[in-house]
Amino acid sequence: MNRRRGRNDGSDVAKNRTQTLKRLWYYLSYYKGRLILGIVLTILSNTLSLIGPYLTGQMINEMAVVNEGLDIDFHTIFILGGLMISFYLISAIMNYILSIALVKMSQSVVYKLRSDLFNKMTTVKVNYFDTNQTGDIISRMSYDIDTIAGSLSSDALSLITSTITLVVSFVMMIIVSPLLLLIFFITIPLSFLMTSLLSRIIKKKLRIRNRSLGELNGYTEEMISAQKTIQSYVQEEAIYEKYQSLNEDTAKKSYEAGYYLTTTGPSIMFINNFGTALVGTAGAVLALFGRILIGDLSAFMLYSKRFSGPINHVSNLIADIQSALAAAERVFYVLDQEDETKDIEDAKDFGIRQGAVKVDNISFRYVPETPVLENVSFNVKPGQTVAIVGETGAGKTTLVNLLMRFYDIDKGQILIDNTNIEHYNRRYYRKAFSMVLQDTWIFKGTVLENIKYGNGDVSFEEVVEAAKKARIHHYISHLPDGYDTMLSDEGVNISKGQKQLIVIARAMLSKSQLLILDEATSNVDTYTEVNIQEAMLNLMENKTSFVIAHRLSTIRNADIILFVDKGNIIEQGTHDNLMAKKGHYHDLFMSQFA
Amino acid sequence: MLFIFKKMGKYKGQVTYSLVMKALGTGADLLLPFILAYMLDELLLEVSVGDYWLLIYTGLLMLGIAFLGWVFNILANRSAEKVSSLTVRDVRSELFYKTETLNAEQVDQITTSSLISRLTSDTYNIFQMVGSLQRLGIRAPMLLVGGIIMAAFLDPVLTLVMVAMLPFMTIIVYQYSKRGQPLYKDIQKQVDEIIRVLRENITGVRVVRALSMTDYEQQRFDIENKKAVDKELTATITMNKIRPFISLIMNIGLIVVLIFGAYRVANGYTKVGQILALITYFTLILNSTASLTRIFIRMSRAGASAGRIVEVLKLETTIVDGDKPLEINPSLPHLEFDNVTFSYHGKESHLENISFKLSRGQTLGIIGATGSGKTTIINLIMRFYDPQQGTIKVFGEDIKTLKRDELRRHIGLVLQNDSVFSDTIHENISFSRPHVDLNQVKLAKEIAQADFIDQMPEQYDHEIAQRGTNISGGQRQRLLIARAVASNPELLILDDASSALDYQTDKNLRFAIAKHLKNTTKIIVAQRISSIKDADLILVIDNGRIINQGTHDELAKSSEIYQILVKHQLGEGLA
Repeated sequence: MNRRRGRNDGSDVAKNRTQTLKRLWYYLSYYKGRLILGIVLTILSNTLSLIGPYLTGQMINEMAVVNEGLDIDFHTIFILGGLMISFYLISAIMNYILSIALVKMSQSVVYKLRSDLFNKMTTVKVNYFDTNQTGDIISRMSYDIDTIAGSLSSDALSLITSTITLVVSFVMMIIVSPLLLLIFFITIPLSFLMTSLLSRIIKKKLRIRNRSLGELNGYTEEMISAQKTIQSYVQEEAIYEKYQSLNEDTAKKSYEAGYYLTTTGPSIMFINNFGTALVGTAGAVLALFGRILIGDLSAFMLYSKRFSGPINHVSNLIADIQSALAAAERVFYVLDQEDETKDIEDAKDFGIRQGAVKVDNISFRYVPETPVLENVSFNVKPGQTVAIVGETGAGKTTLVNLLMRFYDIDKGQILIDNTNIEHYNRRYYRKAFSMVLQDTWIFKGTVLENIKYGNGDVSFEEVVEAAKKARIHHYISHLPDGYDTMLSDEGVNISKGQKQLIVIARAMLSKSQLLILDEATSNVDTYTEVNIQEAMLNLMENKTSFVIAHRLSTIRNADIILFVDKGNIIEQGTHDNLMAKKGHYHDLFMSQFA
Repeated sequence: MLFIFKKMGKYKGQVTYSLVMKALGTGADLLLPFILAYMLDELLLEVSVGDYWLLIYTGLLMLGIAFLGWVFNILANRSAEKVSSLTVRDVRSELFYKTETLNAEQVDQITTSSLISRLTSDTYNIFQMVGSLQRLGIRAPMLLVGGIIMAAFLDPVLTLVMVAMLPFMTIIVYQYSKRGQPLYKDIQKQVDEIIRVLRENITGVRVVRALSMTDYEQQRFDIENKKAVDKELTATITMNKIRPFISLIMNIGLIVVLIFGAYRVANGYTKVGQILALITYFTLILNSTASLTRIFIRMSRAGASAGRIVEVLKLETTIVDGDKPLEINPSLPHLEFDNVTFSYHGKESHLENISFKLSRGQTLGIIGATGSGKTTIINLIMRFYDPQQGTIKVFGEDIKTLKRDELRRHIGLVLQNDSVFSDTIHENISFSRPHVDLNQVKLAKEIAQADFIDQMPEQYDHEIAQRGTNISGGQRQRLLIARAVASNPELLILDDASSALDYQTDKNLRFAIAKHLKNTTKIIVAQRISSIKDADLILVIDNGRIINQGTHDELAKSSEIYQILVKHQLGEGLA
């Protein structure tokens, strides 16, 4: 497994930074109120932070009377002390409120980002999941979003306060000495140069790191899911070795990103120190020659110190913000993936009553080079059962995919009740189907929830009824908590066949007009299958049904049998017709007795 | 937390290096303002105009120190990055390996989603902490200690007053960190849930879409998402109390110092100027305690994650490995179950008194209702679980005395829900086993009737998508069978492995296996009578018990259930 598939996560696509920022802002602006509250609180607490030192100064002044030979007025000292305590108390409370407000804001953004990302998973084209590793999607959902959150809760407002302080100090510096400011400014192009240079490298390195981390997590998810298989083949060591090499690679990439990322802080600090040294020295020389007043110089230096405070802070923030932006890019990239084709404007959400299906000369291919279905046509009357037979990989499941509108047809059309299926509202359209697939899917929830799934409000009795028909009631009632037993796709001791029966019970509850059974009973033992036979027939009654099965006993009663081979329907007819024809179907049917 | 430090300990040298560098860098950063103050406050007042070069030299000195600071800090940061990426690499490796070797019971218990989140999210938390601990963890203590020493020189008594506040601070930080850890653990647990719902939706995407359950799924996710936000808020609301609390305490200390100082000034023990200087240092101490608490908050988050990782690492396998090397003795029964009874949870039994015997090269067919215990038999042969009673013998030896890995190496297995990997077809069949060469892969393809491979554009180099979504169910099954037979195993186990194959292909498969794997003992679990009817022994299982056993012909006469199956599957009049 050395050749990993090239995963397209957009890392190489040139991305517009301002675009990313704008979109982040869009998320923030949702919570404008909280943001404004945060800003107001920050300004307030910054202003408050000046009062403390002021009171301290007052106290010192009070003590300084000693120098003039007077006695210290302890009454005033105590009052000042009391004031200070109450002030610090207020400030502590305010800081606390501020920090909570910040976290609330950032968590709101996280909440929305997570929701949007998840919702995307429910609307994105189905084939997105063929080419993107689950683990990578997980890593976007978990730590990419967390990185953004961390940055928002601490950096966003720090940035604002720092900017305020910067502007104020800047103005003060102009007032005190424009000349010194000019010297100070020599360093500004330098810092611009340095930051833009570094950030360009960092951007690239972070993308590389995130991609590699995503790949590592993709591998992790896949291998943990296949843990049992790996153990069966005693491949723990081999898999571990591959993990090691991916892990090693990630560590390297992460170090490379960190290498430049953590250079930013000290560099900005250096430039600032450089400026301070320059201004200090130049100022001192100027003062020595009497060009400026020493008092002005001291004041200027004081403000420039004020200036460097937030600069240091900002320089630390920059690394965080860079990471957050890189993470945001990864999240937005997924959000930008193509959705399922939009419903046409006046898509119908009514009209499927009978379930007459007309497949009219359709062609389809997943990838441009290989045709999967070519010019397929057939007609199904309402309530009829269509059996699709043929070799695996002949295109049977593709037909289901197209019927369910998981993919768009390339050529031709499918009509249901005389309307092109693309003219129906997708949601409405799909509701008209119920399906039982080969790959059974159970989510973590109770048995009851799993059976009710997709069927809206049904009573407990109806669920039990369906479970009885599906011959799974007996099993369920022997579970520790009966219908309230928690099921899960992972772990729990439930066989594939039992899962399939639960899914069949689910389909039994459905009131849809069309039914798709794709190897619906492949995992159910024959004995049970015999028992649910009648129920399955009930299920199919009055429904237009598409059945893919290998057990020919299931097929022989179908109204229409389609024999698919290499994307074409090569035989079509009833069991008796086709048997009489002594063609492919006949051969296939006879083979089961061999 | 101890765990993280232990892991960092491997890079002692590097850590020391980054700490020393950081200390030097911080030193340089702190020195600069002193020199500047000296230049402006003293030098400038003393030098004459002609000595302006003294100022320039001082300026150059500052530049030099700034430059050194720059270099030191960068070196320190880079070294810190190195340590953190290496440390987290080690943690990941260890955890991954452990996870791969956990036994089935343990995986069931922790759940796959949680294992994934521990490997991804939790390790990332640790990564962040290790880096920032080295970058920020030195500056604050340095300022704290430096500030205290400087202050002590000025006025030891007042400094003592200030220092007296530190124990209070420590107690508060300690108390909160203790409370914080479980809260952060809750957050990580919620991450598990988020990952779980996400994974469910990715694997079940077609079902969700087909049933138009998008809204419902969004709601389901929303619940978990809201919980995550709430938990994050709970943790933050608790933990964020520390900082204001501590700054309040330290500020009260400052006020006490001031008032106490006023007395000392009044009594002539100290001067106002000194108090003024002291305050500067106290502010330094104050600020450094603030950064220290921030580090502690981060540490308790990472500590929670570390706890979750250690929890997995500490698991001890409940399946004790044997040490006997495998010797294949053709005369002894190849596989023997002797009165085996087993239960997954120790309550109701899932297998009861199972006994059978197979000689080398024989075929065993197992048939029975869903949930009757067929797969459980396989689980025991694979030693995913150990039976509570009875013995299983492979090649004449008790399975418990054999080396498990060696046992498994002789088995080719297709599980019911087996995994293909997102890799080439060739790699999926050979599965990194060094002894499986191209010829064997090709033979395996033939046995498994996987001719579709030849029609793939890139044949053996064709890339399979994750979970095999780009091939059909039947193709996937044949690929899995090819993998199982590729190593010419002593035991071949197919658990419902050909359900998606048509009868003709299934038949060809059986013939091919019989022809090419003569000496392999085959165990076939199936729903189709045709898949097992040629077996030397067929077990009809129901409710964990063997209710009938024999060959097809015997069972067709004696077993009622078997008769029903035959009748149903092979059609009336044809059986």
